[in-house]
Amino acid sequence: MQERVFLSHKQINDDLLKGSFQTPLWYWAVMGLFAFLTLCGAVAFGYAINKGLGVTGLNRPIMWGFFLTDFIFWIGISHAGVMLSAILRLAKAEWRRPATRAAELLTVLSLMVAALHPIFHLGRPWRFYWPFPYDFSRGIWPDVRSPLVWDPHAIFTYLIGSTLFVIIALIPDIAVLRDKTRGIAKVFYGALAMGWRGTPRQWKLQIVAGFLLSALLLPVFVSVHSIVSWDFAVNIGAEGWHVTIFAPYFVIGAVHSGVSGVVTMLILLKWMFGWDDYIRKEHLESLAKLLIVIGTLWFYFFFLEFIFALYNLEDQEIALRELQAFTWPYNLIATVFMFFGYLIPVPLWLFKKVRTNWVAMFITSIMVNIGMWCERFLIIVPGLARKTNFNFSWGSYTPSWVEITIIVACFSLIFLLIMGFAKVFPLIPLFDIKEGQILSDEIQIGKRTVPALRVEE
Amino acid sequence: MAQLLALYKTAESAAQSTEALEGAGITNEEFDILTDSPYPEGAFGEKEPQHKLYVFPFMGACIGFTLAMIETIGTQTAYPLVTGGKPIFSMPAMTIIAYELTMLGAIIATVIGIFFESRIPNPFAGIYDERITEGYIGITVVCDDSKLDSLETLLKSNGAEDIIIEKQS
Repeated sequence: MQERVFLSHKQINDDLLKGSFQTPLWYWAVMGLFAFLTLCGAVAFGYAINKGLGVTGLNRPIMWGFFLTDFIFWIGISHAGVMLSAILRLAKAEWRRPATRAAELLTVLSLMVAALHPIFHLGRPWRFYWPFPYDFSRGIWPDVRSPLVWDPHAIFTYLIGSTLFVIIALIPDIAVLRDKTRGIAKVFYGALAMGWRGTPRQWKLQIVAGFLLSALLLPVFVSVHSIVSWDFAVNIGAEGWHVTIFAPYFVIGAVHSGVSGVVTMLILLKWMFGWDDYIRKEHLESLAKLLIVIGTLWFYFFFLEFIFALYNLEDQEIALRELQAFTWPYNLIATVFMFFGYLIPVPLWLFKKVRTNWVAMFITSIMVNIGMWCERFLIIVPGLARKTNFNFSWGSYTPSWVEITIIVACFSLIFLLIMGFAKVFPLIPLFDIKEGQILSDEIQIGKRTVPALRVEE
Repeated sequence: MAQLLALYKTAESAAQSTEALEGAGITNEEFDILTDSPYPEGAFGEKEPQHKLYVFPFMGACIGFTLAMIETIGTQTAYPLVTGGKPIFSMPAMTIIAYELTMLGAIIATVIGIFFESRIPNPFAGIYDERITEGYIGITVVCDDSKLDSLETLLKSNGAEDIIIEKQS
């Protein structure tokens, strides 16, 4: 049963714009910490530029390590936005309302941070634009047959699309901020609101835009992680990479980690800003149920991928699986991956007590992402850590302090950007919540008064 | 000419006022409704807004596809690198880039369409009151100065909490 709280529009404005108008002391302390960690990452990256990639743990034959693991991880997290916002919007799921903007924002920011990783990984990061046909004077053109050229096309399409999606949905809320501020802030929000007044025409376009952009972004969302998976799958050199099932396996894995990321973020927002009336147990429970389905689907793909690899009884494939599952330190990572990614959280989510417990959901959603990070590492590194034909070097991979610092800085950067965004714009869409209030009512059935909802057309 | 903005606390009184306005000979084009959140279409008796937003993604998709063809055919022609004895023009690879750029074109054009059809940016959008943000429903009417008094009385009698008038020079 949904517990709907009836709030006035003024109350909704006051509650959801709290982040913009009130700055508690802890906010600056947390921002300072994240800014410091991000700065450490920038220094480490500067050091890597100055000294070269030799300062990382990358060496033959393992030339893809932490940077690329983290790249895939953040691309995965970015799938939360479209999954929650677009699919639930198209399905007219009422409980989507408080979660959409947080999910969309997580998409944009994680894509931005993900896009930094290949640049960290480049020996010469100033040549980052080479996958695009730019600078005619070079006379060298990107090979469009390479997945490393498909990848930036997909990521930038998704990044531009998601960013525009967030901007369009923000305009009505920026107009609220324009009306609630004075001085320079009013000029700033007034310019961003672009003369929004909330006429029926503007609202109709806003609603149609939500559906249309959702429908356009959905196929892009599927294509992005498919193309990222093809960075591996079209490579015939490494066992464990050349797998036909990789595209759907990566997409569903991305959704698993992305939706878990949204759960973590929503719980943090509730705790930080006291949004108890907006992020409620019914939302948490719905997300947990969704995660049970997504997680199990992902586990099914993982099972298929593993079984298919063993089924053909090729020595090299079996050796790779042995390396992944039984050889130190990969066996530890594999154990963390299995238990954190699926075996602990999903069975726990079957219990309503867990699904409606904030702390339990916070911990389990973080566990999923730890597990999914390990999964990406297990796909990338052991696949390369094997002696193959034409590979005369042999070695293992240990990340250096430079890589670890940059990875920690990337996590800090995400938090820094989210908190910075929360200071300037509302993280829960005000107009969406207000629309939910307008469309909701209570009806009497026998002796009970229950919440009812008119579905928007 | 003058602009008049009447503010209402409830959707019911606003709807009643639009009905009264039409009864007084004010057409649907002469008044507009301002709200802080979407209401079901026609809740205030307004006409369904017409738009051509659906044309924009198709146009954008065509532009995106064309750019993708220029990029993929152009680069493969400019640097004809034979890989594995396969043809220079690799259709599967071209399809992937064409797909992405087609979608990108459609998305960007849709957003341009949203701005165009929503009539924003518009720094001179017209009369407005900040109370609309707090849940008040505004009805704006553009009329001759001579009609101002009668309209003010009409709107007030139908539950307007406040009326703001802006005379245009």
